[in-house]
Amino acid sequence: MTRNTTISFQTIWSRGAIYLLLIAFALYFLMPVYVLVNTSFKPYTEVSIQRMWELPQGLYLGSFAEAWSKVSPNFINSLLITIPAAIISSFIGSINGYIFSKWRFKGSNTIFLLFLIGMFLPYQGVLIPMVLTLRSVGLYGTIPGLIFIHCVFGIPITALMFRSYYASVPDDLVDAGKIDGCGFFGIYRHILLPIAAPAFAVVLLWQFTSIWNDFIIGLVVLSNPRLAPVTVAVQNLAGSFTTEWNIQMAGALIAAAPTIIVYLLLGKLFMRGLLAGSVKG
Amino acid sequence: MAVSPTTLSTTAPRTSRRHINRDLLLAIVVLTPSIVAVAIFIYTFIAWTFWISTVNWNTSVIDYTFVGLRNWERMLSSFRFQMNLRNLALYALGFMSQCIIIGFLLASLLDQHIKGEAVFRTIFIFPFAVSAVVTGVAWRWLMRPETGINLLFESVGLGFLKSKWFADPTWGILFITIASSWQFAGYVMALYLAGLRGIPLEVKEAAQMDGCNTWALYRHIIIPMLAPVTYTSIVLTGMGAIRVFDIVTVISGSGQAFSTDMLAYHMFEQMFTANRFSLSAVIGAFMIILSIFLVVPYLLSVRKEQER
Repeated sequence: MTRNTTISFQTIWSRGAIYLLLIAFALYFLMPVYVLVNTSFKPYTEVSIQRMWELPQGLYLGSFAEAWSKVSPNFINSLLITIPAAIISSFIGSINGYIFSKWRFKGSNTIFLLFLIGMFLPYQGVLIPMVLTLRSVGLYGTIPGLIFIHCVFGIPITALMFRSYYASVPDDLVDAGKIDGCGFFGIYRHILLPIAAPAFAVVLLWQFTSIWNDFIIGLVVLSNPRLAPVTVAVQNLAGSFTTEWNIQMAGALIAAAPTIIVYLLLGKLFMRGLLAGSVKG
Repeated sequence: MAVSPTTLSTTAPRTSRRHINRDLLLAIVVLTPSIVAVAIFIYTFIAWTFWISTVNWNTSVIDYTFVGLRNWERMLSSFRFQMNLRNLALYALGFMSQCIIIGFLLASLLDQHIKGEAVFRTIFIFPFAVSAVVTGVAWRWLMRPETGINLLFESVGLGFLKSKWFADPTWGILFITIASSWQFAGYVMALYLAGLRGIPLEVKEAAQMDGCNTWALYRHIIIPMLAPVTYTSIVLTGMGAIRVFDIVTVISGSGQAFSTDMLAYHMFEQMFTANRFSLSAVIGAFMIILSIFLVVPYLLSVRKEQER
């Protein structure tokens, strides 16, 4: 670390400064959380502009109850959308990633590159045709329609994540499988699938988080407030002037809870997803 | 399950050779639905959006009469679109610089053998797991002129720092980047942290042996070595700036005289509230063009790197 082994004052001072900076940033990052949680536990009579930063006088749960009564149908919708979409798109990704890494053919790298480009391009470039197409096949405004769209837009990222993971599996294993008479599906089932659990965990978590947090596609495809995902419901709650602040905050916390809980429980997997998702896998 | 090289005969029998070809064909067949889906739902739809941008469909009645670049001229010369461009420039500047500077700084601090690193890391990255809608709700309250951060400033005697935040008619859009970079800086930090962990300890030690001080070590060795991470971060945050929708929608919408209006929000309104599909398509197509300039060179460079 330092060249001189004696710990100088300077070292102590700079160590202190590093911790001080980190703690200051940590407080900054937690500030919005404090505000959300703090306001959610107050009754409306206590939510005032002047006393915003003060702690609540008691643990009042009424705001959550009221917010839940408003957004619970949408919370269920989000579950109905996110869980199937995450599972289906992870499964598709596991097969595609397998092909891109172990069954390369002429042009497969170019196709993969086109997948990646497609992954980065903004949804705004496809929004209008997407609505027209869903309307013409009768899936517009339906939950299955939204699941389908999330699965399609999940193809590139899930293929990328699985491809990076399978790349660490030696090709010799696959070749040995071929010699043992395993075919395309046999190698997938007997060699790759048994060791793919970590990749499945990362991809499932990533897809769950990003689909749960989606706002734009849900807003465009499910404009009906009754069917809308929870993010759209929270925006509607926040956009109405009649809704009290404590209820808006509680609603926001309810919408954030699943992804936050999953993140706190499986932070390591989340980190891996972050790195894999940046094309640097 | 290690395989010794001896078991791999170099001359596979002919039957298995044909077998492999059949399997390769099977692989291509299995991949085909995904290729078709991406080709239709991404590439064909983009082309379709460009086509819609050249027709006369600006009411709720579908009209594919070709009008050339008339919608483009109308859109590009409109005040609101020009405000979008100005806001994009400001937003990109604020968002990208905050994410990259804060992300790099936090990663460098965490790389100093910190006690409780995992706790700090969790705190800095968790906003990325939260929906932008939730982020918007919290920050909208924090940035209310009569309370929130202004109230904090006042209570510690820094009243002169009080601001109108996103309601500022000129710089409002910059204040929104405080909220969006709060959400994204942790992601950039994670990328830099992975990059820093990839630098061999010998490199850092050798530099210090040569009498490099910390600043010189970073300036001449670490920052250049992390250039690929910086490039990745620029592309990711740049894309974030081009497509931003959720957080602006929740915090301010278009703002006063379009002071916080962004491309995606403008596009959404043209499409859903005004039914001007062709004009809306111009914005969508424009966003694609901007993105291609940012993304394609990046992905090509990543591929080159991986082939080496």
